[in-house]
Amino acid sequence: MSEVLVLVDHVDGAVRKPTYELLTIAARLGEPSAVFIGPSAQGAEVAEKVKKYGAQKVYVVDDTEIKGYLVAPKAEALQQLAEKTSPAAILIPSSVEGKEIGARLAIKIGSGLITDAVDVEDGGVTTQSVFAGNYTVKSKVTQGTPIITVKPNSAAPQEAEGAGTVEEFAATISDVAKTAKIVASQPRKSSGRPELNEAAIVVAGGRGTGGDFAPVEGLADALGGAVGASRAAVDSGWIAHTFQIGQTGKTVSPQLYIAAGISGAIQHRAGMQTSKTIIAVNKDEEAPIFELVDFGVVGDLKSVLPTATEKVTERKG
Amino acid sequence: MNIIVCVKHVPDATADRQFEGDGTVDRVGVDGLLSELDEYAVEQALQLKEKADGDVEVTALCVGPEKAADAVRKALQMGVDKGIHVSDEAIAGSDYAATSLVLAKAVEKAGTETPVDLVVCGMASTDGVGSVIPAMLAERLSLPQVTMASVIESQGDQVRIKRDGDTATEVIGATMPLVLSVTDQSGEARYPSFKGIMAAKKKPVETWSLSDIGVDAGEVGLSVAWTHVEDTTERPPRSQGEVVKDEDGSGAGALTDFLASKKFI
Ligand SMILES: Cc1cc2nc3c(=O)[nH]c(=O)nc-3n(C[C@H](O)[C@H](O)[C@H](O)COP(=O)(O)OP(=O)(O)OC[C@H]3O[C@@H](n4cnc5c(N)ncnc54)[C@H](O)[C@@H]3O)c2cc1C
Ligand SMILES: Nc1ncnc2c1ncn2[C@@H]1O[C@H](COP(=O)(O)O)[C@@H](O)[C@H]1O
Repeated sequence: MSEVLVLVDHVDGAVRKPTYELLTIAARLGEPSAVFIGPSAQGAEVAEKVKKYGAQKVYVVDDTEIKGYLVAPKAEALQQLAEKTSPAAILIPSSVEGKEIGARLAIKIGSGLITDAVDVEDGGVTTQSVFAGNYTVKSKVTQGTPIITVKPNSAAPQEAEGAGTVEEFAATISDVAKTAKIVASQPRKSSGRPELNEAAIVVAGGRGTGGDFAPVEGLADALGGAVGASRAAVDSGWIAHTFQIGQTGKTVSPQLYIAAGISGAIQHRAGMQTSKTIIAVNKDEEAPIFELVDFGVVGDLKSVLPTATEKVTERKG
Repeated sequence: MNIIVCVKHVPDATADRQFEGDGTVDRVGVDGLLSELDEYAVEQALQLKEKADGDVEVTALCVGPEKAADAVRKALQMGVDKGIHVSDEAIAGSDYAATSLVLAKAVEKAGTETPVDLVVCGMASTDGVGSVIPAMLAERLSLPQVTMASVIESQGDQVRIKRDGDTATEVIGATMPLVLSVTDQSGEARYPSFKGIMAAKKKPVETWSLSDIGVDAGEVGLSVAWTHVEDTTERPPRSQGEVVKDEDGSGAGALTDFLASKKFI
């Protein structure tokens, strides 16, 4: 069986959940191999983690010559690894960085690229959600080695014992790949809440919060969910851009999405329309968000949310 | 300085966007416009021009069918100096790879007299939302990519941008020539003024075919695309559930009951 390369999603060696989802998907297409681009000293530790999700091989690409630059060196490393292993497919996390690595790699190796897949079946048929979630598209790569970027939450990680054999891979990084330098990097502070991409429950606030996110955060915490926002709230400077949901923010597909003080513009819907259950709280009964809801409250979020938070906390006892 | 800004003509996101039978985007049935996210690219290109010391020429470059000329015109109205519209029947149905090839060849041609210093793109097209063309262009042109910029600073041939990533906020630096892409956090795009609309009528627009840029018709289009759409299905519209009016605090109770009934508590 051919190998399927999975680019490990990690922050300073801490493996992130999408990696396990990708390994699970990779097993449908061939034999999962993890590719860890990071300090080689961390290779063994990463291998211990990814072998639990079926990684047979773990290619460790030391990042001393890679980490100071934007995406191009990573694409080169993957190109060289692809040439060595002739994989059946290459799976990459669908982050901003992942998509750009995939883009460069696709041109380098002359292979088709599919971005933002929410599912990949055996045979390599991908599912994407497009036009603001209004359409589902199935596609396939028809040229070269399929390169597929996969969105978080696209598969439930399945434990499977892999050999996890570590193989150091020395990539040669060219000078042209080292031209966009990372001059400074400031890690994002954790909010202590679940990651927006991964959360089962998301409570989001919009312009209707008037800038006070406390009611939104309170309900999110009572339900153990993440906090999100509309662009209007982000543009007003009330909350950081990383919390924005929609076309130019994150796409989420949680079990439960609660929109408070959000009108439901198409660009916002693009980021949340595929959520399983949708609830809205809005003063205006004509707000388009109500067209999408499983349950809605026409009312002032400033009173509805805090009272609901109290009641939820009470019930939980 | 020679700046090219890549602008795409897309079906209006607020209209009922659809697919053709062959899996390509319906670009006829729905009104098109300059991708809103590319307005931010035009804006930043114009600001770079306004801030620069020397002579700067900004050219809007668009690959697309005849109607796509509208996107070029809008960019001219906003203030870019001239337009290039690459249009050829053979391009229809092109995927990312072919589109980036056509754009790259057009950028090369646009730089034959005065080399191109900057290629500015939007963060994503509002129809495909791939966010991959800028990286592909950088790859094809062997240029540095400084992408997804929310803040752009330039001094001489040095460019620095701020990029808000998933896990970190980064400052990226590179030397021109380079490919830059900008997000919708980079600052509101200007509206065309009446003067701008009038001036745009006199600005030069060149229309190039594939042979003008030295691309073989067999390298692009639907039939040679590296990916194939097997099927497109419209998602059934969500059916509206119960909506209650909050009276005397009843809303919160009903909401909590609903949450409990769905086992979220
Ligand atoms: C290219 C482009 C990209 C975009 N990308 C995104 C994106 O990624 N994400 C996104 O969200 N938007 C995006 N937008 C913006 C989008 O079009 C809307 O402008 C935005 O979503 C509106 O945010 P909102 O619903 O919070 O504000 P509004 O539309 O102003 O709605 C506020 C709502 O709050 C209600 N309200 C007010 N007070 C209260 C109260 N006390 N209690 C309860 N309800 C109250 C009002 O009735 C109203 O419905 C984009 C736009 C463009 C052009
Ligand atoms: N057909 C096109 N013509 C001109 N520019 C384009 C075209 N397609 C994409 N672009 C540019 O590439 C950016 C990203 O597009 P995409 O990768 O399709 O999301 C857009 O914001 C445009 O700046």
